[in-house]
Amino acid sequence: MKEEQVLYAKILKLGTRIGLFILIISFILYIFGIIPPYIPISSLPKYWAMSTKDYLKATSIPQGWLWISLLSNGDFLNFIGIAFLSGITIICFLGIIPIFYKKKDKIYFFLSLLQAIILLLAASGILVVD
Amino acid sequence: MIDWWIYPLILFIVSFFIGIVGVLGGLGGGTLFVPIVSGFFPFHIDFIRCSGLLLALCGSLSAGPKLLEKGLANLRLSIPCALIASISSIFGAMLGLVLPTNIIQVSLGILVIAIAIIFVLSKSTEYPSVKKEGGLPSLLKINGSYYEESKEKEIHWKIHRMRRGLFLFIMVGFIAGMFGIGAGWANVSILNLIMGVPLKLAVGTSVFLLSITDTSAAWVYITKGCLFPMIVIPSIFGVMLGTKVGVRLLTKTHPKIIRYIVIALLIFVGIRSLLKGFGIWL
Repeated sequence: MKEEQVLYAKILKLGTRIGLFILIISFILYIFGIIPPYIPISSLPKYWAMSTKDYLKATSIPQGWLWISLLSNGDFLNFIGIAFLSGITIICFLGIIPIFYKKKDKIYFFLSLLQAIILLLAASGILVVD
Repeated sequence: MIDWWIYPLILFIVSFFIGIVGVLGGLGGGTLFVPIVSGFFPFHIDFIRCSGLLLALCGSLSAGPKLLEKGLANLRLSIPCALIASISSIFGAMLGLVLPTNIIQVSLGILVIAIAIIFVLSKSTEYPSVKKEGGLPSLLKINGSYYEESKEKEIHWKIHRMRRGLFLFIMVGFIAGMFGIGAGWANVSILNLIMGVPLKLAVGTSVFLLSITDTSAAWVYITKGCLFPMIVIPSIFGVMLGTKVGVRLLTKTHPKIIRYIVIALLIFVGIRSLLKGFGIWL
């Protein structure tokens, strides 16, 4: 088995476990009201049929990464686990890039770097179209 | 007004069964989730597509390490395919989020019926014949071997027609991002039938590929504000639990019957989506 594949699998395994653990804990804190949510749970049906645009407007929730400012609320706490799980692949690629560099595998070094940049670009929020 | 917890509970149960049928039918939960939930739940399709991508992503992340460790998914094969598909999935997601809901719903209906037809017509080959390794795979050194437990021997593989495969990944990535349905329904066929990847490796690599393709599209939806925790999280846990049960049931069920059920289900939810999009059956 190639070194980069072994490392990728290791990071993926650990990251997924951590991400799912965070997600379970944060959802328990949210659903049982241990940490009060930003949007009261009982009023959720009022919002879930709205388009994203109307939902964000009605709740004054900001786009992009500004949800971080709302992390003290139970519902937004769930964003941590989701963001973590959605970010593992980026970490995996950042992990294997040095291996390709060390092996002088120029093509895969470039492809992995490009993949990491694409994922970071998507995660940055600058690609959102209004 | 209906109690808030009823729909998330039903969503969890439905997602659980989607997880089971997804495994038994060989289609994956992500493909079934969006058309079913958008057809029968009051949630907006923006939130459903985001949930669809995230549950396909979580399933893929969970399965990925084992597939990579056992050599049933190949990283060198995945990287170029994923790069192409993830770029196009971003464009798909961006377009999907600006199109009117009824157009998305109608297109989804057409797509789901097309997937059902592909599902009927596609025939996989366990060990495709690759007489000569392609130029691009040779340059990228995409070849290898894995241990086939059922035959107790090492299977050596090489691939061909990679350019054609990569071109198709552009379309598949775009569709996956636009509709949030993952891409398992097409990945296996492209890898196996076009590029000549042995079936087992094609299935494993397809599952692993979703973790990269769906990540890029999912971020577009998340940063746009489509993440609705009360829809996303019951769906993720429902499908993941269902998938685990489905894997256990795999040896006890008749695959042909499940296949017919999946095809009938796809046609039904496809028609439902079309009618909803046209405003005939809301």
